[in-house]
Amino acid sequence: MAAVSKKTKQINAPMLAKSPTGIRGLDEVTGGGLPTGRPTLVCGAAGCGKTMFAAEFLVCGALQYDEPGVFMMFEENASELAANMRSLGFDLDKLQRQKKIVLDYVRIERSEIEETGEYDLEGLFIRLGHAIDSIGAKRVVLDTIEALFSGLPNHAVLRAELRRLFRWLKERGMTAVITGERGETTLTRYGLEEYVADCVILLDHRIHEQISTRRLRVVKYRGSSHGTNEYPFLIGAKGLSVLPITSMRLDHVALEERVSTGIAGLDEMLEGAGPYRGSSILVSGSPGTGKSSIAASFANAACARGERALLFAYEESQSQLLRNMRSIGLDLAHWEQKGLLKIHSSRPTLQGLEQHLVFMHDLVEEFKPSVVVVDPISNLTIDESDASLKPTLMRLIDSLKQYGCTALFTSLTADSTNVLANSEVGVSSLMDTWLLLANIAHNAERTRTLQVLKSRGMAHSNQVREFVFTGRGLDLVDVYLFGNQVLTGTARVSQEAQEEAATELRQRDHDRRLRELSSHRQAIDAQIASLKAQQQEREGEVEFAIARETLAAEGAVSRAKSIARGRGNLQKRAAGSRR
Amino acid sequence: MNHSTVTAHQDRATHKKAEWQLRLYVAGQTAKSRAALENLQRVCETHLAGRYTIEVIDLLVNPRLAAGDQILAVPTLVRKVPEPIRKIIGDLSNEERVLVGLDVQPVR
Repeated sequence: MAAVSKKTKQINAPMLAKSPTGIRGLDEVTGGGLPTGRPTLVCGAAGCGKTMFAAEFLVCGALQYDEPGVFMMFEENASELAANMRSLGFDLDKLQRQKKIVLDYVRIERSEIEETGEYDLEGLFIRLGHAIDSIGAKRVVLDTIEALFSGLPNHAVLRAELRRLFRWLKERGMTAVITGERGETTLTRYGLEEYVADCVILLDHRIHEQISTRRLRVVKYRGSSHGTNEYPFLIGAKGLSVLPITSMRLDHVALEERVSTGIAGLDEMLEGAGPYRGSSILVSGSPGTGKSSIAASFANAACARGERALLFAYEESQSQLLRNMRSIGLDLAHWEQKGLLKIHSSRPTLQGLEQHLVFMHDLVEEFKPSVVVVDPISNLTIDESDASLKPTLMRLIDSLKQYGCTALFTSLTADSTNVLANSEVGVSSLMDTWLLLANIAHNAERTRTLQVLKSRGMAHSNQVREFVFTGRGLDLVDVYLFGNQVLTGTARVSQEAQEEAATELRQRDHDRRLRELSSHRQAIDAQIASLKAQQQEREGEVEFAIARETLAAEGAVSRAKSIARGRGNLQKRAAGSRR
Repeated sequence: MNHSTVTAHQDRATHKKAEWQLRLYVAGQTAKSRAALENLQRVCETHLAGRYTIEVIDLLVNPRLAAGDQILAVPTLVRKVPEPIRKIIGDLSNEERVLVGLDVQPVR
């Protein structure tokens, strides 16, 4: 990292004027482009892309940097070149009409030429000078000037003139690209590197295990630092792309925002909020653990938020994917109709890894998704021994981060949990979040489980969760803790049933006891009532007795009185009679 | 474009002009170009007397004409007629080579 930051400092310092080539990646490697006003030698074997390189340098100069250019060709003629470049979307004829580019085909036929006496190549200078003046060119391409060696017999004159030509180009301040065929022991067959000493770029095309990779190396760059590695490059639909791996800087902005994975339970495991926006997520697992479904839910969730999602499917065709995802309740087709989802299905063997990556870049740049899903990334890596695999993936991940895309990659691992780290060593360290899916076979059944192996920058759950497919998508079953273990599958279901049964029993017991209590209370109440009744009865009896006794007593008194009264009368009468 | 005008000129020339039409491309009045012209005139006078025309084109004056005849080296002598076109580069100092280049049967 220290080396990288040091390099960036040097690049920023205004040392040597550089002309950007417009070739993606190359300007990063060279720290700004080719040396302005100096010739650059581009050499390589036949078919390695020299002419393409030169043409793109010129066309980009004319279109993007307002630097008209002269393309002097010695091998192809102008219409052949125009046809070749048209396939990359460059309209040379139009540029020629707009006076942004001059194409000059220099044909030299040995059989037509007889040589006698002294001569020089002033004619070439005049032609070139005239072409430069006619459009005020700043850039010049000489493709391949070595053809002159086969056309002109006197090499001594030719070499002297070439030396003069390159000096002349420098004097005129032309940023030039000179192409040269690679020699057996030298960089170029005729030793052009001897004359063009400011910047030399070597293109290479080699085949390893039936997969061809083009590589580019800056052999020398006088007065400037440059990336010294070999960088894979390719000629894609939009021209040359160099993949500078080590020149990528780790300076993307880390976003605080969180995005949902579309699986509520999974979000919950990631602090209840899901992964960070712009982070990269690896989902690895053995076959049939539900990687693609997680990937699809992730894309689905993005579309549901109104964001764009880009899905690279390397195992299923588009319609197969749509059908399969419909079965778990993910309707991806209507997102596609709305233009929020783009599915790109292809076989990984269609092209080399670099080509895939460049293609991905192109699509990402064009579609500008906020979520990118690659399903699966392991298929891209046919050749596991390929040393460039990790760096190229790193490059992809880094650039997605630069775009602020949240990326989800699935990766197929062997069906065993203990080798999980092995096959992932290459990429897992690049990922911010790593989910592991595993099938646990236990008790004659398999259970899908999900765990978060790592998730940078958040307190994620450590539990292994069971995850299930439903008709409405995926979900994680709530953690079922029993004692000190997490139960899954049937064990969970039976435990749940047991617990449920136990709960019911307990409930019934409670009910029974409550009923007992209430009936007891009722009994007591009844007792109280009867006692009260007894009491009342006795009270009544007592009152009655008292009343009766009172009455009786009162009656006796009154009777006595009345008797007395009666006796009194009788006595009077008796007294009267006795008298 | 250049090429077509040259062709037209050549056609017209064929009618009224000589059976040997030669064009000498030079760049300015250098010693080499003067030598070339002198050498050419001498060879022609010797072997093609009365049957030739020489057109001298100075590329410094008419730089656009260089592309038409695919001129790289100067001086270049182009045999326009009779066809096929042949080119001889250099100051034409070697008479024998000039004759071979022009495919002229030497007199004597």
